Amino acid sequence: MDKVILAKDVSLSYDSNQTIIKQATFSIESGSFVFVTGASGSGKSTLLKSLYGAIKPKQGSLIVGGVELNNVSKSKLNFLRRHLGIVFQDYKLIKEWTIEKNITMPLLINGYEKEVTLNQAESLLKHVRLKHQAGKYPMELSGGEQQRVAMARALSHNPILILADEPTGNLDEYSSQLIWNLLEGANTQLKTTVIVVTHHIPSTLNVDYKHYHIEYGEISEIN
Amino acid sequence: MKSIKNHLSLIVALISILFSIQVFIVVERSIDAYKENLAKNYSVVVVSEKRIANSEFLSIDGLINRVEELSPDNIINRLNTGMDQKNINLLKLTLPKFYKLYLTKFPTPKEITTLRKNLFSNPSISKIEDFSNNHDITYKLLVLFKGVILVFAIVVSIVTMLLILKELRIWQFKHSERMSIMGLFGAPTWLRSAVLFRLSIVDAIISSILIYLIFMYISTNRFVLQQFDNINIKVVIFDTLNDFFLLLGVSLVLSILLATMIVLGHKEEV
Repeated sequence: MDKVILAKDVSLSYDSNQTIIKQATFSIESGSFVFVTGASGSGKSTLLKSLYGAIKPKQGSLIVGGVELNNVSKSKLNFLRRHLGIVFQDYKLIKEWTIEKNITMPLLINGYEKEVTLNQAESLLKHVRLKHQAGKYPMELSGGEQQRVAMARALSHNPILILADEPTGNLDEYSSQLIWNLLEGANTQLKTTVIVVTHHIPSTLNVDYKHYHIEYGEISEIN
Repeated sequence: MKSIKNHLSLIVALISILFSIQVFIVVERSIDAYKENLAKNYSVVVVSEKRIANSEFLSIDGLINRVEELSPDNIINRLNTGMDQKNINLLKLTLPKFYKLYLTKFPTPKEITTLRKNLFSNPSISKIEDFSNNHDITYKLLVLFKGVILVFAIVVSIVTMLLILKELRIWQFKHSERMSIMGLFGAPTWLRSAVLFRLSIVDAIISSILIYLIFMYISTNRFVLQQFDNINIKVVIFDTLNDFFLLLGVSLVLSILLATMIVLGHKEEV
């Protein structure tokens, strides 16, 4: 199987004094479902950020989707990001855009025709049970609804890799279940690689997964 | 409503800059028109022992536009207390020649001094009356008025620039989040800033159109026209083609500059 992520001796830090992830070596196969767990402040989100190039490795080599992220150019990084679906803990929806426009944003960036983007948005809004809210703005929705919009946005352009940072962190059971179903569906039906940073792995999940745990900056695989 | 609020702040700042530019243009035009008017009515009187041809006068100084010889009849009539025609003709021959010189433009005090010097280089000219005292006062008033308007325009521009700089910070804050989010999904810089540039170009066009409408109203306002009539000048308050495109150009340059500064100052969120 192809490796979608290859990390060798990767160290991550925000400044030179404190290393958050120490010499991590791991690989993730294409089409796999991966959980990354760890205590608050253990570096889970930092690791995720490094996978979409927001933080560059201080040491080691990190390759995501065939793109070496150590010394990546702006255009290559943009190219990689266009093929990723990212779900943020704080949703990161564009406030001045309707939720329909938010969902179509990755498609717009990827150069899809407007008609295609609108069809895709309609279909995804149906999936996340928000079709009736298409014209609303993010601030008019609840936290759970906003996260469902963020999920739909991450799936809209059929990415090769979904990176989700505590996607169900503050959500009610209904919204959480909907998010897990969508992630599971993307993985099983579209063979999309999914990496989820979370505190708790849901027991209802019907998919084989890999589990990495971070403790004191060290990553270990849990069987 | 939200969209109007997004546009209004920059439009107001742009309008105040465009308004002060156009006011300065109108004042410049008014002063020029008034100077032209003064030049039409202003003349220098020259007394010469001998007759001087018009062409000779014109060659003395480029400032001289046309020459009018003053008839001595008025003076002779006043002196005429029973003189016969023969004596009158004799008196006419002995009297010096009087000339009124009209100038191409309203002269500066320095130009008047040079003109006097050039005229006196002709040995026939014995006296020059340039009414320099009156002239100096009028000229100094015009210069003062122009200076005051210039200072006013500069102050308005500085204040508006400060407003625009404040607006820049608000825009930076308002747009940086969207630009960062788009960046996280791989949008190239031009696409991330497209909304910003579109917004600033639209605002520039709207503010130019509003200024056009304001000045179209002013240029047909009876009170304003009456003021120009009072000082006997005709001024183009708003030249639809030239002024509109000049102001549109200024507002486009300013707003695109603003957008560019935001894009350049944008730091990506981690």
